[in-house]
Amino acid sequence: MSLRISTAPHMHNPLTTQRLMQYVCIALLPTAAAGVYYFGMPALTLLLVSMASAVAAEFLWQKIARQPVRIGDCSALVTGLILGLNLPASAPWWIAMIGSAFAILIVKQLFGGLGDNFLNPALAARAVLLASWPAHMASSAFVKLSFYRAGLDTLSSATPLASAAAPEYPYSLLQLFLGQTPGAIGEVCKVAILLGFLFLLLTGTIQWRIPVVMVGSVFVWTLLLGTKMLDASLNTALTAVLSGGVLFGAVFMATDYVTSPITPFAQTVYAFLIGLIIVVIRKFGIYPEGVTYAILLMNIATPLLDRFLPQKIYGHLKKEAK
Amino acid sequence: MSEKKSLGKVFYNGIIPENPTFRLVLGTCPTLAVTTSALNGLGMGAAATFVLVCSNIAISLLRKFIPDQVRIPAFIVVICTFVTMVQLLMQAFVPSLYESLGIFIPLIVVNCIILARAEAFASKNAPLASAADGLGMGVGFTLALTLMGSIRELIGSGSVFGLSVLGESYEPMILIVLASGGFLTFGLLLGVFNLIVKKIEKKKALKEVQAA
Repeated sequence: MSLRISTAPHMHNPLTTQRLMQYVCIALLPTAAAGVYYFGMPALTLLLVSMASAVAAEFLWQKIARQPVRIGDCSALVTGLILGLNLPASAPWWIAMIGSAFAILIVKQLFGGLGDNFLNPALAARAVLLASWPAHMASSAFVKLSFYRAGLDTLSSATPLASAAAPEYPYSLLQLFLGQTPGAIGEVCKVAILLGFLFLLLTGTIQWRIPVVMVGSVFVWTLLLGTKMLDASLNTALTAVLSGGVLFGAVFMATDYVTSPITPFAQTVYAFLIGLIIVVIRKFGIYPEGVTYAILLMNIATPLLDRFLPQKIYGHLKKEAK
Repeated sequence: MSEKKSLGKVFYNGIIPENPTFRLVLGTCPTLAVTTSALNGLGMGAAATFVLVCSNIAISLLRKFIPDQVRIPAFIVVICTFVTMVQLLMQAFVPSLYESLGIFIPLIVVNCIILARAEAFASKNAPLASAADGLGMGVGFTLALTLMGSIRELIGSGSVFGLSVLGESYEPMILIVLASGGFLTFGLLLGVFNLIVKKIEKKKALKEVQAA
């Protein structure tokens, strides 16, 4: 029998890690379904491969390191699923496999496992894949989607934002909203993402603060700065929010418990800065999209935000000004 | 340091127990920068080894004449001399390697392994022991760089020492030959090396317990 010694208050929360991760899985279902609908079998294969290899990597590591096997908590499954949703549907299966293994073994387990990883495993793995196999991961990969349902002409961009050569913006807001654009498997269908968001909010899995502030920040900064080829306007700002991985990142990746700050104020700053970095990368950087790097950068800053931003300490009264 | 160690032990010390790259974590700048291929790693290691052995001998011979207050500038001048020699030799005889190592050859001057051995060993020991120490450290550094270079070249370009190993169909993981891949490989190798050393020490401790 194990006796746990801890300080008061002694409260029990019925929400276990396993339950939370299951909720995230359920919330990701509409997005995954939409991705499979738009991109067909290759998308399904990629998602299955990345989930299976993430769970297998976690299992093998915990066996080899003689740790208790905790694949039952579903966190590896979520990592694999999110990574899969971050891939272009044309990516070969081994990319999903290597990405999942990297996410679990190097980003997560080598830093101490669930709760101790300083980067979001799926996002770090995506950044590694992007730098390692640009031919499969970056913009040119999206041209190969001949099985793509919306019947678009070839458009070589990871996100519609990159079509700088086009004189007019090729997608309407409705198309962006429904997901009739090229993109990674999980990021195209905004309706599905919002459904997932609603579910996560209602079950109390995540708080509204990070996603809302982050999306708002992207909106405001684009309104002020514009994008590479579009001037600043309300329409541009809406397009920017609905393009690329902003919504997907805001709901499913920036909200990762382990790599986001704890206090509400720190969370607000964190999400606001993510939005700013995204817009800066989109407007001034060489990459068309910056959600991955923006979230990763703020992941790194999270301990700093938690420690140095003012916080209310429980049971501590504010001193009266003298 | 009071008791005299045998030359063999001094030499071995630089290869495993105090490997400059994986145990002392010295000279990481060239380690990360030039190990994009096995040949680069080997060349850098060889150049540094030459400088290490020569400067260790010279400094050990001069150790009674160098005043304590100005020993660092004095060491640097000695090291500079040998680095310049290496630089000119490489430029004359292996121009392609000289090209690919570039700025990192003159930077051997400030390689902290060399200064560290001058300060910690050569300035306190006899020339022969200093030479053994320099050679051990140099070989340890060379082995580490060649190992890292081989791994990075194998994964990042599918070849080792320029020979294609993994075949045409292999799609190289470009990241590993980029800067971030250098840090990744270095970190992972450090971990593996620590694990091995820990295992060796555990075995040694077990043997001592059994002997006693």
